[in-house]
Amino acid sequence: MTEKTLLIVVSKILIPLILLFALYVQFHGDFGPGGGFQAGVIFAVAFILYALIFGIRTARKVIPSAVTRTMLALGVLIYGGTGVATMLMGGEYLDYNVLADTVKGGQHIGIFIVEFGVGLTVSSAMITIFYTFSGHVNAELPFRKGDKP
Amino acid sequence: MAATAYYLTRLRNLFAVVMLSGVYSLFAAALYMVLDAVDVAFTEAAVGAGISTVLMLGTLSMTTDKEKVRKKPPLTALILVFMTGGVLVYGTFDMPRYGDPNAPIHQHVANRFIERSGEEVGPPNIVTSVLASYRGYDTLGETAVVFTAAVGVLIIIGRSKDRSMPNAKAVRRREEDDDITHEPSAKEKEDASS
Amino acid sequence: MSWEVVTDLLGLLNYWVVIILMMAGFYVVIAQDNLVKKIVGLNIFQVSVFVFYISMGKVSDGTAPILEEGIEVYSNPLPHVLILTAIVVGVATTALALALVVRINHSYGSIEEDEIQVIEHDEEEIA
Repeated sequence: MTEKTLLIVVSKILIPLILLFALYVQFHGDFGPGGGFQAGVIFAVAFILYALIFGIRTARKVIPSAVTRTMLALGVLIYGGTGVATMLMGGEYLDYNVLADTVKGGQHIGIFIVEFGVGLTVSSAMITIFYTFSGHVNAELPFRKGDKP
Repeated sequence: MAATAYYLTRLRNLFAVVMLSGVYSLFAAALYMVLDAVDVAFTEAAVGAGISTVLMLGTLSMTTDKEKVRKKPPLTALILVFMTGGVLVYGTFDMPRYGDPNAPIHQHVANRFIERSGEEVGPPNIVTSVLASYRGYDTLGETAVVFTAAVGVLIIIGRSKDRSMPNAKAVRRREEDDDITHEPSAKEKEDASS
Repeated sequence: MSWEVVTDLLGLLNYWVVIILMMAGFYVVIAQDNLVKKIVGLNIFQVSVFVFYISMGKVSDGTAPILEEGIEVYSNPLPHVLILTAIVVGVATTALALALVVRINHSYGSIEEDEIQVIEHDEEEIA
């Protein structure tokens, strides 16, 4: 059981950092390496780590699968909706220039929203897939055979 | 990296295969880093070494982690692979050399991205501006593919937990196998005694 | 063989590495019967294509494509974009394939291709 305690302590320190890092990657992607795809994956990894250590049932309480399924559709909707919004504002589909007065401002807002949609879809897709796979294995422990090296 | 790939083809224990494929991914991420693709290295490290390994382990724990031992090595496949590889190597002699700034790939649209994306889009990270702005339609499609794949996984195996029996046919077959290999059931004993 | 020819051929080394990896993946996909191993083989194949694209985008003495003062030569950002999205799509499709394997295991009780074919053949004869 001491190993389990160690895992719990270490993951409790790590998970907030991973989530913070995912948010940094998401919103700092314009300036350094990063963006919606990477951030979504890292965000999902934090929840998967949580589910591996504390069990699937606890993880499902933290973020229910209904929520991830809604987020899954919402991300694509945000992306497509941005395109429709630019059309309504007089531009072409996904033409971010009309979103603000200046070209750079419009592009910045457009990229920000679109990357957010991507991140939302990717992270919730990964969590959903993981939930589906682990829901079959065992409700408490994610792996029965695989955890023995 | 090639050594990892070689052992991947040889190993029988699927658990080791999955672990090695994670190692392979990590090597690939390091390689992307050397080749200046920081964004890609980032993604590969998180996806390949993280999520896909976890998913494969999940699959193994639901199926089996031992591969059946084969009788004869598939010689035809080996010949086919070597022939294809030979043809491909022959094809590389006409390819531009590694790192050549005059290669055709650098002559078309990429220059415009590098020179003008600063004014036209803004973000210093060219990868982000190409991804979200110049190739916005493409990325919308990719997002839709990820969405569809997740929905597909849900449809294929998401619901079978609700059913107590996964598939009547498979259960029946497993029972038949049990009858052959294990002791006869109580009902059969009664039939035999009467 | 003169030294120029050798250095010239060394410029093709990246393609050869890609081909070796690709053929390893190809071999696993066509020669192995185990479905999980086939998917791992597909992954090897996939990564080799990624390496191919990324190594095409590399420019000698270039740097990562993030605009900065005083830097003139950047590597080509276009392959990076394509592969970045391809990796994430790749893992999503891998998950789909693994889900299919799980489903096959539910129905047939096996993930070996030849065993599944035998079972299917038997069922056809019964029916």
